[in-house]
Amino acid sequence: MATYSTNQFKNGLKIILDGDPCSITENNVVKPGKGQAFNKIKAKNLRTGRVLERTFKSTESVEAADVDEMNVEYLYSDGESWHFMEPTSFEQYAADEVAVGDAVKWIKGQELCVMTLWDGAPLTITPPNFVELAVAQTDPGLKGDTAQGATKPATLETGTEVKVPLFVNEGDILKVDTRTGEYVSRA
Amino acid sequence: MMKDIRAFFDARDVVEVETPLLSHYSTTDPHLDSLCTRFREQDCYLNTSPEYAMKRLLAQWRQPIYQICKAFRDDEIGPNHNPEFTMLEWYQPGYDMMQLIDEVAELVRTVCRQSEVEHVFECLSYQQAFENVTGFDPHHVTAEQCFQYSVDNHVEIPQGLEAADDVNDWLDWLLTQLVMPAFKTDGFTFLYDYPASQCALAKLEDGPGQARVAKRFELFFGEVELANGFYELTDADEQLSRFQRENQERECAGKEVSCIDKNFIEALSSGLPDCSGVAMGLDRLLMVLSGAASIDQVLSFAWERS
Repeated sequence: MATYSTNQFKNGLKIILDGDPCSITENNVVKPGKGQAFNKIKAKNLRTGRVLERTFKSTESVEAADVDEMNVEYLYSDGESWHFMEPTSFEQYAADEVAVGDAVKWIKGQELCVMTLWDGAPLTITPPNFVELAVAQTDPGLKGDTAQGATKPATLETGTEVKVPLFVNEGDILKVDTRTGEYVSRA
Repeated sequence: MMKDIRAFFDARDVVEVETPLLSHYSTTDPHLDSLCTRFREQDCYLNTSPEYAMKRLLAQWRQPIYQICKAFRDDEIGPNHNPEFTMLEWYQPGYDMMQLIDEVAELVRTVCRQSEVEHVFECLSYQQAFENVTGFDPHHVTAEQCFQYSVDNHVEIPQGLEAADDVNDWLDWLLTQLVMPAFKTDGFTFLYDYPASQCALAKLEDGPGQARVAKRFELFFGEVELANGFYELTDADEQLSRFQRENQERECAGKEVSCIDKNFIEALSSGLPDCSGVAMGLDRLLMVLSGAASIDQVLSFAWERS
């Protein structure tokens, strides 16, 4: 079992806390002047996204998490699993509903996503920051409406609803920010 | 700030000195790690403080000296730590701990006089500070009792800190969690008369109670430690046995055993004058003056960018 000592702690280091893989987001040394040091860390649980706070006596060791990241292309879903391919080795991976999570709202096929693997199995899927998707349904656009800030709901081809400006029509291709779920522009 | 400090010592006839940053010897302090480099295939070390070399000068010259230099410590990084930092260290022959505390306060007042920092100083013994917050006497408490206290009072217990550990590890932890947060947030606090087991290079004396205490003090601004001082131990045999004990602690903690600085022990044997000395982190003092929340705001290029 690989371990990391507290003096190897740094942002981005992957460790196991409470049985889940976590990524360190903050590491502070607490020292009362001279004397014993302690490491106070914040770590993001890579499975749930929750942030944990922990303190260790310095020189403690913590189990390392075997976590990898790779770029993969989304192929298709069979309803139970979402299938991705590593584009250079052509190796395919099947991610379950939990791993795909919210990414499912933004991918229709061929998008390049980032896949996090824990012990070789898909853990999370992160869609591209921006995706281009067609509008499947929305109320008719109002010509010449340039009022700032007015929006209406639109359903994209993936079934996701986003707020769009009034001039957007069905069939338009939109650029959407997947991190905020907000409309950016017409593509 | 540097100008003020030099003027302060000039006016008091304290001589500025310079000692090597690079040494054949490292420190035995079990909680400090020296940075190691090589000269002609031989390991040598960057100083964690100029203490040993300055005391060698002091044994020879027997007059007040000060130094502003860089010090280096492995594995120290964070909002209050940079592996390379600037230290002011000075020694006053004939001073006891309280006289030096007064002089430290005087220096800080001088440096802060044009800033908005309130120069209010509170002076607390280690025992008072603990009793005020926890109700127990830190000189007579056991690790087991600290553990029980933490459980009973819902104090977080760090992973790796066990009831069977050294009581000092527990006191250090409770100091950071309970005692330091009770210090005045925008004022200075001196903490003095440390437990004898945390003496480092300080003389031991009988405290007001039955306990032996170390004539050691630290200065804090809020919860940030600014300085550590001693009424200096001058007994070479006692110093040597403390170093050997610290090396045993290093061994137990799985750390490399340090080579004891023979030159320093020899200087003590030849006779160190009765004196007090203190080391102050100038980057942190500058943080206080400028209201910076993090040490990298007062450094030209902090470690990540150095």
